[in-house]
Amino acid sequence: MLINQFLLLGAALFSLGVYGVLSRRNAVLVLLSVELMLAAVNINLVAFDIMNQDPQAGGQIFALFVIAVAAAEVGIGLAIVLMIYRNRRSANVDELDLMKL
Amino acid sequence: MSALIAFVSPVLLAAAEEGAEAVQHFSDGGALAANAWLIPVVPMVAAFLIVFFGKRSPFKGWGLAWLSMLFVAAYGVTLFLSNLAQGITYQGAVSVANIGTSPYGTGLELEWGWMVDGLSIMMYAVVGVVGFLVFTYARSYMEGDVRFTWFFAAFTLFAGGMLVLVSAPNIIQLIVGWELVGVSSYLLIGHYWEDHENSSAAIKAFLVNKVGDVGLFIGAIIISLSAGSFRFTDILDVVADGNQHSALARFGFWAGLALFIGAMGKSAQFPLHVWLPDAMAGPTPVSALMHAATMVTAGVYLLGRMFPFFMAEGFGDEVRSIIIVIGALTLLLTGLIALVQDDIKKVLAYSTLSQLGYMVTAMGAGAYTAGLFHLFTHAFFKALLFLCAGSVIHAVHSNNMSDMGGLRRLMPYTFWTFVAGTLALAGIPIFAGFWSKDEILAGIRFAGSSESGFDVVQGGAGLANFVLIIAIVGAFITALYMTRALYLTFFGTYKGHGYPHESPKMMTYPLVGLAFFAVVAGFINIPGVFHLFTDTVGTRFFGGFHELEHHAEGLHWVLAGFGTLAGVSAFLFGSMLWANDAPTQEERDRFWIPGLYPLLAKKYYIDDFYMDGIVRPVRGPVASAVDWFNGHVIDLVINGAGLLATKLARVVYWFDQRGVDGAINASAAAAGGSGGLLRLIQTGKVQQYAFLIAAGTVLLVAGFIVF
Repeated sequence: MLINQFLLLGAALFSLGVYGVLSRRNAVLVLLSVELMLAAVNINLVAFDIMNQDPQAGGQIFALFVIAVAAAEVGIGLAIVLMIYRNRRSANVDELDLMKL
Repeated sequence: MSALIAFVSPVLLAAAEEGAEAVQHFSDGGALAANAWLIPVVPMVAAFLIVFFGKRSPFKGWGLAWLSMLFVAAYGVTLFLSNLAQGITYQGAVSVANIGTSPYGTGLELEWGWMVDGLSIMMYAVVGVVGFLVFTYARSYMEGDVRFTWFFAAFTLFAGGMLVLVSAPNIIQLIVGWELVGVSSYLLIGHYWEDHENSSAAIKAFLVNKVGDVGLFIGAIIISLSAGSFRFTDILDVVADGNQHSALARFGFWAGLALFIGAMGKSAQFPLHVWLPDAMAGPTPVSALMHAATMVTAGVYLLGRMFPFFMAEGFGDEVRSIIIVIGALTLLLTGLIALVQDDIKKVLAYSTLSQLGYMVTAMGAGAYTAGLFHLFTHAFFKALLFLCAGSVIHAVHSNNMSDMGGLRRLMPYTFWTFVAGTLALAGIPIFAGFWSKDEILAGIRFAGSSESGFDVVQGGAGLANFVLIIAIVGAFITALYMTRALYLTFFGTYKGHGYPHESPKMMTYPLVGLAFFAVVAGFINIPGVFHLFTDTVGTRFFGGFHELEHHAEGLHWVLAGFGTLAGVSAFLFGSMLWANDAPTQEERDRFWIPGLYPLLAKKYYIDDFYMDGIVRPVRGPVASAVDWFNGHVIDLVINGAGLLATKLARVVYWFDQRGVDGAINASAAAAGGSGGLLRLIQTGKVQQYAFLIAAGTVLLVAGFIVF
């Protein structure tokens, strides 16, 4: 089995994610782009697991962990975005420079 | 020469044979003597405690001082009584250091110790009893003084220093005590230093004493190096061996002379007597203690301690004729000055000088017991007279007898005790002074006889007989000036201001106590009846020298008659002169001898001679030399150092401005600049941060791949 196509898919997905994180204005879309990056990582984990024929299937289990953590992270991220929106009537990342303080 | 050998040699031989045995008859004093080191230590410790804690202690320091003197008095009297009963000779010593060897090969051990023998026990008792009474008196006298506590610290140090001196079994400790007494007397004489006159008196006393001290140091160095030991017992053992070729014998005359000059300074003998009358500037209790038991008796004590050395042929015997002449000069000349003094304390001061002259004359004549006996009795009645004078001064607020008069009825205690002291000093029979003065006269008479051996010493017997006449004339003068003081102070009409009244009980009780001793102290040694003093002080002596002097078998009736006659006739003569109040003081003091009064009033111009003849000529050139040295040498050094310092400071300033400040400013600028650059990228925008992270990651990855 060739691993290249999976890795190329992962790299393409990751790059799309990075692009989304750096360029989107809307905070919700930034979070979605982070999910894309995590999905790319998951593809890599599963691909390498299959290639190595790991009897314990560590890569696939780790991918499940990543999905679980990503769900939690999105939950917290959306909560933060909601609070910022409530306070500032906007979810536009460009207007948020609170980290300067 | 043969007569002297005939006198001294058998005695020396007998002493050498029996000395050790004789000493063995005596007890070593047991625990009483072994713990006698407490006598000097307790007042010294008390003095330091008063300095540090005096103001907070009961009675502001007086309590401690008084208790320490009570201890010394109790211990001294106990020792004195047990010495009467069994005789004590004991010498304790603690080695401090070995300071090398003498030129004659023996090691020189520096020791601190305590001597417990007849001589020192007598001094413990006298210093203790007189000191205790004077300290009791001093509390009322000094009441309200600004430096009350300090006064008692110095006063206790004064008594303690004297006890260190008296307890010394070696010549070094004697010098330590000698100087302690000197420095504390300086502090006490200058107690009222706000008055320039008083501080000058303190300086004068200190400097004149120093002249004598130089003699003492030289004498101590010669004696201890040539005898190979600092201990008196070792030195006197060398004397007891009688070896005419020993180093001590070769330097004997000069060592003895130097020691005597030391004694002259402290005991205020003729050319060095000038400090004592000025020392009256101190408070009266100080004068009382200084003139009675401490300080001035130190010189006589030293002569007594070294007495065998001055008696032994070939050692110090040639100094004896100098001692006897100086003593006689002092007793006559200073007694005459006392006749014209107006200050009651000065009358007593010159009287002390005169009586010290008697003691020194007695020592020179070889009358050891007589001299010390006079020291003993004199301590009581002179302390009494001074305390009476203090009581009068306290009441009248003036030292001058021209402000007194008629105090007889106003101050009965003071008057009657003063009379007792006067009778004792004048040598009227049954009073203390009579017995001791008579013994001195007998001692001088014996020195003038052919059997004494003194006639071969530089002139001898004739000299002693001449001195005997001076001593009898001195007795007349003594009684005369005391009569004068008595009349001017207590009789006639009161010439001062205010209403004087009797002093408080704290002051009159010590007077009564001392008056008791002034009356009875002489009974301890009545020739032919009692000889307790001779037994205890005279014969119990380290080194077995107790046979060296001649003892009268009974009262010397002829001399006693002369002495009494001199005293009584002086009293009658004085009553004639001073009983009527009418003429002025100066007229009454002039007598009828032309030129005598100005001479006496100017104190023979000795003070003027010292001031104009020695102090000013020395002080002038010395002062200008010091000024020149100060201006040209010291200032040069100081200015050079200053200049150097400014140069150095310029260099340091440059370095500080350029080097240190430059480094600090540069680091601050660097921090500021980098901060300014870094704050450009802190925008607070999350995406910009994320971009930088991603770009950094890409750069790192690219770097890893390429390199």
